[in-house]
Amino acid sequence: MEQENKDHLVKALDVDVRFDGRKKLQYRDITVESGVYKNAEGSAKVTIGGTEVLAGVKMEVREPYPDSPDEGTIMVGAELIPLSNPEFELGRPSIQAIELARVVDRGIRESGMIDFKKLCIKEGEKVWVVSIDIIPMNDEGNLFDASALAALVAVKNAVFPKLDGDKIDYSEKTKNKLPLNKEPISVTVLKIGKHFIVDPTITEEAKIDARLMVSFGEDETIHAMQKGGETPLTADDLKEMVKIAKTKSKELRKFV
Amino acid sequence: MSKLLVKERDVVVPGEDIVEGMDYLPSKGTYREGDKIVASQLGLVRIDGKVIKVIPLSGKYAPKRGDTVIGKVIDVLMSGWRIDIDSAYSAMLGLKEATSSFIARGADLTKYYDIGEYIAVNITNVTSQKLIDVSMRGPGLRKLEGGCFIEVNTSKVPRIIGKQGSMISMIKQATDCRVIVGQNGIVWISGTPEMEAIAIDVIKKIAKEAHIPGLTDTIQTYLDKKVPKKKIVEPKAEEQEKKPEVKDTEEKKETPSKEEKK
Repeated sequence: MEQENKDHLVKALDVDVRFDGRKKLQYRDITVESGVYKNAEGSAKVTIGGTEVLAGVKMEVREPYPDSPDEGTIMVGAELIPLSNPEFELGRPSIQAIELARVVDRGIRESGMIDFKKLCIKEGEKVWVVSIDIIPMNDEGNLFDASALAALVAVKNAVFPKLDGDKIDYSEKTKNKLPLNKEPISVTVLKIGKHFIVDPTITEEAKIDARLMVSFGEDETIHAMQKGGETPLTADDLKEMVKIAKTKSKELRKFV
Repeated sequence: MSKLLVKERDVVVPGEDIVEGMDYLPSKGTYREGDKIVASQLGLVRIDGKVIKVIPLSGKYAPKRGDTVIGKVIDVLMSGWRIDIDSAYSAMLGLKEATSSFIARGADLTKYYDIGEYIAVNITNVTSQKLIDVSMRGPGLRKLEGGCFIEVNTSKVPRIIGKQGSMISMIKQATDCRVIVGQNGIVWISGTPEMEAIAIDVIKKIAKEAHIPGLTDTIQTYLDKKVPKKKIVEPKAEEQEKKPEVKDTEEKKETPSKEEKK
């Protein structure tokens, strides 16, 4: 059933109150676990309040793309399973699932987090392909931040499997970690009425006007952005939201 | 002589024997098989004199005549409204039962209740085919405007209301919110945003700790801690006249402790 209406929510935000007792710019409790699955090369479980997201990293050897013969690549897939939210349906990936995967992909790819050149085994013939899978186990809002965080921790946690000539021995893991440069943290800021909030619950998510995900590196450079929601944002809105995201990204960085 | 095979408040699974012998009567969630009473649901055993009940741990709301529930209008029909009461079946609100004012022939029914609006209704009849009739004639039955709605497990509703409404009136008094608890597990809360947030928190806490004995005292202390003293002084102003001394000492005690926290 739909819950409180939007006017009611905005009225509460006017006095900096959210119905789960938080303030506008307050995250729920976050827990991060890494290396939770032994069959994956890297894995992580992130919970933000009741939201729970799993991320797994698998690695395989493939032929590189013709336009970048000396670079490995990443693939991010997200599957929104009905187990996590009755609104999600089985079948081909929904628009939400594609957006979630692409946003996480962009955060990792565009930040240059993984050094693609170092994933090359033999130029033009063999490169490592890192595939990151994201599966929410429970959706109580803010899948974006939880997924981005889970993907980051899983990638950080990942080790190469043993490569024996052409064959990969997944049962034997090496101690070589992925070549990483940066650690991008994504923060989603939402606009409801004239208010900005972070870490929405599922009921708040249904009532937002606009959403902006910003991905920050350690040196506070912006690596990626994604705007969502139906209402446009003004330049001032954008500045304010980026500012909020920057301070919040420092908070989230403690969990990595 | 009958023999009880489980204790009160024990968890039973479907098919588990509860009583051996004919001295007890099976009620909701149980059935008789031979000379035994057997559970048909997963839940807690409740022994009420000679009557054996199983209180389910969870599950959708099963409509019952006489229950007050909170529903959402999902359709406006020729002669009434269809109401979603968060059960397996939807309910029907007839024109005659909807309002005490006169509704002219051919009037626009959305003027009274439109799709998506919430109303508090009373279940007047449930047929064997599970056709549910609801009425809005009765005290407190009305359209619910503003406020927020939360969902709780239907089996926890009696604990939220408390004995003769003790728990709910405690919450109302402390937070100064208007609260309506539907038997279908939907709770409507309306007040100032801060107090609504506290009321939601408390109700969720009750639902979570419903099985723990001594709940009322726990919730009372929790409420005292949660509600800022400033807010509580206003509604309790009348009470202060009766027992001025006691109230004063209470206030003195709690003000310094609040400062320490800050």
